[in-house]
Amino acid sequence: MFRFLNLTLNGLTNGMIYAAVALALVMIWRATRIVNFAQGGMLMFTTFIAWDLAQVHHANYWVALVVAVVAGILIGGVAERVLVRPVENGPPLNAVIVTLGLLIFLQALAGMIWGNSQAHSYPPAFRFIGYKVGDRTLRFSPNDLFIVLSVLVVVIALYVLFQRTSLGLQMRATAFNPEVAGLLGVRVGRLLTLGWALAAGLGALVGVLVAGTSSGYVTPVGPFDALLIYGFTAAVIGGLDSPGGAVVGGVVLGLILSYADSYISNFIQTMYALVVLIAVLMIRPKGIFSRTSERRV
Amino acid sequence: MADELESPAGALIAPTSASSTDRFGVLSRSTLLRHTLAALVGFGVLWLLITSFSDYRNSSWIAPIAFTVCAAAGLTVLVGLSGQISLGHGAFMLVGAYTLALVQEHWTTSHGNLAMIGLLAAAAAGAALFGALVGVAAARLRGPYLAGATLALALGLPTLPSYEKLSGKLGGNAGLFVSSPNPPNGMDLYRWQSVICCASAVVVLWVLANVSRSRVGRSFRAVRDDEIAASLCGLSVPRVQVLAFVLSAAGAGVAGGLLAMIDLTAGPQAFPLSLSFGLLAAVVFGGLGSLAGAIYGSILITLLPLWSQDITDALSVHSHKVSSNMPLMVYGIVLTVAMLAVPNGIQGLLRSLRLTLAPGRRR
Amino acid sequence: MLTVEDVVTTYGAVRALDGVSMTVEPSTITAVLGANGAGKTTLLRTVNGLVRPRAGRISYEGRDLLRTHVDEVVRMGIAHVPEGRGVITELTVDENLRLGALWRRNRTELQQSLAEMYELFPPLAERRNKPADTLSGGERQMLAIARALMSRPRLLLLDEPSLGLAPRITAQIMGTLRRLRDEQSLTVVLVEQNARSALSVSDQAIVLNLGRVVVSGPAVELAADEKLRHAYLGF
Ligand SMILES: Nc1ncnc2c1ncn2[C@@H]1O[C@H](COP(=O)(O)OP(=O)(O)OP(=O)(O)O)[C@@H](O)[C@H]1O
Ligand SMILES: [Mg+2]
Repeated sequence: MFRFLNLTLNGLTNGMIYAAVALALVMIWRATRIVNFAQGGMLMFTTFIAWDLAQVHHANYWVALVVAVVAGILIGGVAERVLVRPVENGPPLNAVIVTLGLLIFLQALAGMIWGNSQAHSYPPAFRFIGYKVGDRTLRFSPNDLFIVLSVLVVVIALYVLFQRTSLGLQMRATAFNPEVAGLLGVRVGRLLTLGWALAAGLGALVGVLVAGTSSGYVTPVGPFDALLIYGFTAAVIGGLDSPGGAVVGGVVLGLILSYADSYISNFIQTMYALVVLIAVLMIRPKGIFSRTSERRV
Repeated sequence: MADELESPAGALIAPTSASSTDRFGVLSRSTLLRHTLAALVGFGVLWLLITSFSDYRNSSWIAPIAFTVCAAAGLTVLVGLSGQISLGHGAFMLVGAYTLALVQEHWTTSHGNLAMIGLLAAAAAGAALFGALVGVAAARLRGPYLAGATLALALGLPTLPSYEKLSGKLGGNAGLFVSSPNPPNGMDLYRWQSVICCASAVVVLWVLANVSRSRVGRSFRAVRDDEIAASLCGLSVPRVQVLAFVLSAAGAGVAGGLLAMIDLTAGPQAFPLSLSFGLLAAVVFGGLGSLAGAIYGSILITLLPLWSQDITDALSVHSHKVSSNMPLMVYGIVLTVAMLAVPNGIQGLLRSLRLTLAPGRRR
Repeated sequence: MLTVEDVVTTYGAVRALDGVSMTVEPSTITAVLGANGAGKTTLLRTVNGLVRPRAGRISYEGRDLLRTHVDEVVRMGIAHVPEGRGVITELTVDENLRLGALWRRNRTELQQSLAEMYELFPPLAERRNKPADTLSGGERQMLAIARALMSRPRLLLLDEPSLGLAPRITAQIMGTLRRLRDEQSLTVVLVEQNARSALSVSDQAIVLNLGRVVVSGPAVELAADEKLRHAYLGF
């Protein structure tokens, strides 16, 4: 029972991380109908920047975090302007390949700057050691609480932005119908850039959070590729189109992976994600939570 | 062998330009014959090339190029002709490699060359079977969904040999042992491996070139261009899409088998995500859907790691970090720039060049 | 108020507008008539800045519109009701209306305009928090017009408001336009297939054919000219 509780808590923490990655993917998907396969690479790169500051230059944790998020915002905005804009209205295949190209480029660049051979550890924001219940230690630490709360705060902030502000309304209008939005005086291009920038900023936050977990570390390839797949799976569970669905999808996936990890085997995590992904896509190719049935091209 | 990305309408127009190729008589009329002749000539040239090197070290790049061609040719048929994407073609190579290793371990006793052909056929069949499985799922997926799923596949599958229940059979992280082929008298192993790889590549290209010129190839293009129109023409869209996956996976399976035969192991480390990315870079660089392009692309991605040390040295950046990441960097740039600047790749560039040089044939 | 001079707009090889000129006086309704493909929609899109013309001049209250970005055009008081599916179906009625008044910062004014629109189009008030894809075709058209009016425009560009609507609703919309012209001195450019009902509310009219103006003049004269009606207007 205690083990089950621990697995649930652990799944919840990881689930919040997947939820945040999924949310970043959903924001970009809604804005530009593109799955940002570079998401993992972008957040890897910003996490490396933060790592460099925190570990090499001994900067404060929070300074490094803020720098990473700002860097993410910049990378996201520039990527949309320079790379994505030209393929936004082209065949979907071109957009997939361009984002993949960016992912590979960032991985190579990080490797050139920081090297591939070492897995760098990243300092946590708070203690790793779990809370105590009686004489037993939970697999839930102050650092985990920090992760859960950070993602929650961001999710709520994004909800308020999208549902309660004029800017958010404009972003949604742009996502659903750029032509009409433009006609009403919405600066469509700017909002697309902003959407990518915000999503990448969120990704950058996730990167630092993940790197600071007890099992986290920073390398150019590896953990962040898997994170992209988990985020994508979570987003697909939620229907790719629904921010709420992405959060639920993230938590569901976090729990599934946590249980499977412990009860089946912990060597094949990415396989579980693949199985979940395929299962969801086969049952409902548009995701569990998606409302729209038609395909928009 | 260069197969253009032509629309079904293009195929109908083609006979009008027959007059210019009439002097080749029967050759221009029978594609099969032409492809066969090209394959024989190609193999002959490669044979001469392989045997003319005095030292095998000078020709060590031939075999990797040849097996990369097998995988890239399959991928270009899938992406360029049938319009489906796979970001994880390395997974099919992995299946091919393990199939070869397992079949060799359990069923073969002789190390003869006939057995070698059988093993490669098994690798192709194993990957094709797996391709059918993936294809059935893929036929229900579109664009980014399919891209994400194949990416997950390429990331997930190499972890499978480490799974406790399978690691006994699949050799865990170290992989399975593969015994080397027996070279005929008077030939060293490396040369013999090159010959096998080149022969396989020629066979794969020959098959794919004929398929893509046949009715099957036309049905691929029809489905790619417009699924609804294709299904109204009586094509079963899912069946066509699965078939494309099967063919493409078979090519990758042969490539994986050859890789295992050269490495003498079939192990998960030989199939990282960057392998799949490299294959995609190769076919995009060469021009999607073009078999000739798959050849240029394979040459590029195989030689790149060999050159990158020289390039970094020439730039006088003596850093292992830089040189070891150079190929990956080039893949990334090739993919992005190709999509932004030359969406049709090298083959497309050559074709438009040819059209401007011979304006009479412009459509 | 609005002057269009010798405008040429092309889509590739197609010359959708081939030297169109027209003048629109303040607080009048100008009908733009013509067959399918005559270039009516293109004319509105060119005025609005959604497509840039090859040649010609467009000015609005003395300002050059050709150098103005679309959002600036909206801010200058020009609203556009696009042809067909102009509402964003995924958003609610209320959100669609709010999008019409993006550049207005004053909250009380915004609330006031919303209230006015719900008064003007009562069916919208009942569905204010429903997604717009639950609306009927006529209600969508009302929503599109209401949304354009939310920006308190001085010039309204309407592209086939009667498309797919019952004659009674069309008449209602035409009546509303007339009222807005008289009460709020709104200027309207009204693109229509339904020439008869358009001419009945318009002051001026032009007829386009293959991208050129073939006839222009007071609406009553056009309506009275039987030969013209037969040749271009089909009634
Ligand atoms: N986006 C476009 N690309 C290419 N050609 C276009 C485009 N839009 C319109 N055209 C062409 O321009 C010409 C004028 O089109 P326009 O839409 O302005 O006609 P219209 O008068 O509004 O017709 P309708 O009454 O059918 O709405 C037509 O020949 C049309 O085919
Ligand atoms: Mg029109």
